[in-house]
Amino acid sequence: MGLLDQKFDSSNILITSLDNLLNWARLSSLWQMQFGLACCAIEMMAASASNFDIMRFGVIPRATPRQTDVMIVSGTVTLKMASRIKRLYDQMAEPRYVISMGSCSNCGGPYWEHGYHVLKGVDRVIPVDVYVPGCPPRPEALLEGIMKLQEKVRKESLAKKTA
Amino acid sequence: MTPQEIYDNLKAKFGDAILEAKLDALQPWIRIAPERAKDIALFLRDEQPFQFDYMMCLSGIDYNDGNLGVVYHLFSMVHKHKIVLRANTSKENPRVQSVSSVWGTANWHEREAFDMFGIIFDGHPDLRRILCPDDYPGYPLRKDFKVPEFYNGMKVPY
Repeated sequence: MGLLDQKFDSSNILITSLDNLLNWARLSSLWQMQFGLACCAIEMMAASASNFDIMRFGVIPRATPRQTDVMIVSGTVTLKMASRIKRLYDQMAEPRYVISMGSCSNCGGPYWEHGYHVLKGVDRVIPVDVYVPGCPPRPEALLEGIMKLQEKVRKESLAKKTA
Repeated sequence: MTPQEIYDNLKAKFGDAILEAKLDALQPWIRIAPERAKDIALFLRDEQPFQFDYMMCLSGIDYNDGNLGVVYHLFSMVHKHKIVLRANTSKENPRVQSVSSVWGTANWHEREAFDMFGIIFDGHPDLRRILCPDDYPGYPLRKDFKVPEFYNGMKVPY
């Protein structure tokens, strides 16, 4: 059900549910936090560049957590960085989403056994909405992750809280 | 200058501080006393026949027999010759003289060796951890290091 298919014909009034309107607004402007942690950040930058053009999904990098909706954790989360990530997440305004990009932030990646300094998954400190697998994931995979997140936002409701 | 000449010169100058050497190795090395490291380094850098003006690398080692080691890879841009210095120290009291006043490069290298092995470099101007967080428990590259179960409330093992 699209947003505009219930408009009256000869006026500039359109009717929709508030849920629909809010979800449409949110999923069309998922501003991302502008930070990268490791090699996945290179793929994230490639996704932002003209070949893959993540901005066509309304994803704009913002340099402050106060203005961001989605945090893309792109890279190895070290124990030293984990507390900083937690703080950045806490500074984001709700509704806020997290995409975990790449094996390292999903589960520790290649550092899962001997990584004395690596957090084995960013979901140990912040809740994650979408996991993007890969080492590193290709930009297309990140775009897929963004679209998965958009699907998730589209199903949200004011009345009942979804996870 | 050949490794043998370097060794003979050092032996003549420092005597007891030059402990042993293996000069036919792929990278010929000379083992020195850890408490004389800076004096030997300064001599090698400044004296005309050596001029080791470039410290390529400073590494820490855990030999897993109660000893820790520091290895210096030196190169001379002037004479194009190389030598490796090694200094061993005990795990109970791991102290080595700092060479950071001789080669500026050594400053961060020594901080890393301190961070990973807990080797204390006497005379270092700012011996803090460089990679691990300041409150990290233990020295992770020591052979007897055990990964902590929790760090600041975060579970560490997989």
